[in-house]
Amino acid sequence: MIPRGVKYIRRKAVNWGMLALSGTSAVFGLFFLFWILGVVLAKGGSALDWDFFSKLPAPPGVEGGGMANGIVGTLLLTVLATAIGVPCGLFAGTYLAEYGRNGALANTVRFISDVLTSAPSIVIGVFVYAILVRPLRGFSGFAGGVALAFIMIPVVTRTTEEMLQLVPNALREAALALGAPYWKVVVNVCYRRVLGGMTTGILLAIARVSGETAPLLFTALNNPYWNFNPMYPTGTLNVTLFNYAMSPYNDWRAQAWGAAFLITLFVLVVTILARIVVSRTQTGRTPS
Amino acid sequence: MPTGSIQAASPSARGHRADAGAKHRSTMDALFRGTSLAFAVLVLVILGAILLVLLFQSSEAFLRFGPSFLWSSDWDPVRDLYGALPSAYGTVVSSLIAILIAGPVGIGVAVFLTEMAPPWLSRPVGLGIELLAAIPSIIYGMWGLFVLAPWLNRVFYAQLQEHFGFLPLFKGPSLGISMLTGGLILAVMILPFIASVTRDVFRLIPPMLKESAYGLGSTTWEVIRNVVIPYGRSGIVGAIFLGLGRALGETMAVTFVIGNSHVISASLLSPSNTISSTLANEFAEATTPLHVSSLVALGLILFLITTLILSLAKFLLWRMEKALPGGSKR
Repeated sequence: MIPRGVKYIRRKAVNWGMLALSGTSAVFGLFFLFWILGVVLAKGGSALDWDFFSKLPAPPGVEGGGMANGIVGTLLLTVLATAIGVPCGLFAGTYLAEYGRNGALANTVRFISDVLTSAPSIVIGVFVYAILVRPLRGFSGFAGGVALAFIMIPVVTRTTEEMLQLVPNALREAALALGAPYWKVVVNVCYRRVLGGMTTGILLAIARVSGETAPLLFTALNNPYWNFNPMYPTGTLNVTLFNYAMSPYNDWRAQAWGAAFLITLFVLVVTILARIVVSRTQTGRTPS
Repeated sequence: MPTGSIQAASPSARGHRADAGAKHRSTMDALFRGTSLAFAVLVLVILGAILLVLLFQSSEAFLRFGPSFLWSSDWDPVRDLYGALPSAYGTVVSSLIAILIAGPVGIGVAVFLTEMAPPWLSRPVGLGIELLAAIPSIIYGMWGLFVLAPWLNRVFYAQLQEHFGFLPLFKGPSLGISMLTGGLILAVMILPFIASVTRDVFRLIPPMLKESAYGLGSTTWEVIRNVVIPYGRSGIVGAIFLGLGRALGETMAVTFVIGNSHVISASLLSPSNTISSTLANEFAEATTPLHVSSLVALGLILFLITTLILSLAKFLLWRMEKALPGGSKR
């Protein structure tokens, strides 16, 4: 017979109460997601027009203008960061998974990468200011790209390593037994096997840095004009957004919402794309 | 590790004609290995360089003010006097507010995702929570400044002052941009990190243990409380430290909503400052060498604290994974 005493009812009640609380927590999180996305969509969508994509920023108080240079600047810096950060991360990750394994050096690098992944990005900005901006006597897009690359390197390192660890050893041994040199085994067998997973890792790293603003504030600085020379200050959507949102002009604030919309759209599309890539290729679990 | 022995054996086992090829391949192997090693070492070099450069660039401030830089509450660019206390205080208090809220809520989300929701619900909700982590800091900041802060001020802070206004915590005029708003926005930002790490920790717990508890007649909550949480304690604490590390270093969102005032106030509703927001606001415009140096010193303090907290988080999570049979993945 099942007991139906007061104690039983109390246990049931506590159970339901706590489960309801945990459900509420999940709703709480999703509520903010939709609130933020809704606001950005509503306010940002209406601020976007052809001028926004084609014109340079207007001086304060002058109507109109756009962020064409900022859009291009953000893309350029992201490409620059990817070009520097991804190869570094790929090699470092390869070392951890294929050579270092559980050695002392590999474990240290693993630990430091994880710490650097969550390190404050503004400190990276200060660091790059000290090593590039000051000695070269000027803010530059190059410094901004390097700062973003420093943020990418540990992320790419760890995802590359996690992906390579999913490759079964039997596969490596089979290729080695056929007489392939080890570097060819890594490049042609291991890399190929986890191509999808590594693409995901790289896409997530790109999504992460394309939204970064703090490290750009005193590296790339800002620039209201077109600039394709990496040694000069470069305008980006992110920094322009920050300046515009903090300004007293309504026109500028509206445009800041437009920039917010574009950045959010880009980051979310890349993030979701990354997830599709990983679920399509059979590499096992997703990087977290 | 299958590499070493096989490579060493191969050249001698072949005939004379293969020697050139073997030599070439061993050069390539050495080159590939060396390049990988160099970039792995680069990660260590980056950390070392950050520490050294920050230390060197901040030396002027530390020499000028001595250790009292750490607890001086002056921050006056006009008189060229600087102290870390106002910013450090803001960093710590806003992060504590964030952890107090995001810790329990994050664990709640993890419980929901692993123990409660069926897979068809758990997947999209999990994805949604992870997307919350993908939204850039600056978007949080803009939403915080133009939407959240005015709303909080109108609805929540007004009530707070009416009922608890006698407490020093809630005294003074409220503008919406304040320490509390900064802490609340940080809570939303670190929630997904705490939730997803805690979820991974819960997933490591052997199902056998939970099933035994269910078999004895426990309710879901009793299983969570008496099996899941005690078993994953070190991992949960690790997750919270990870969130704390994130909150301490978060910059843009906080810069938008905290009000940027160098005055330390007991009231959570008055404007304040954090180390990262001070850096974001003043670094590019600092003129005197001492001002720049003091800002770098703040950056160094922030970097040391976050590195310490994150190392602790990492250590706790590592210990958790090592202790569990299913946790050998790293």
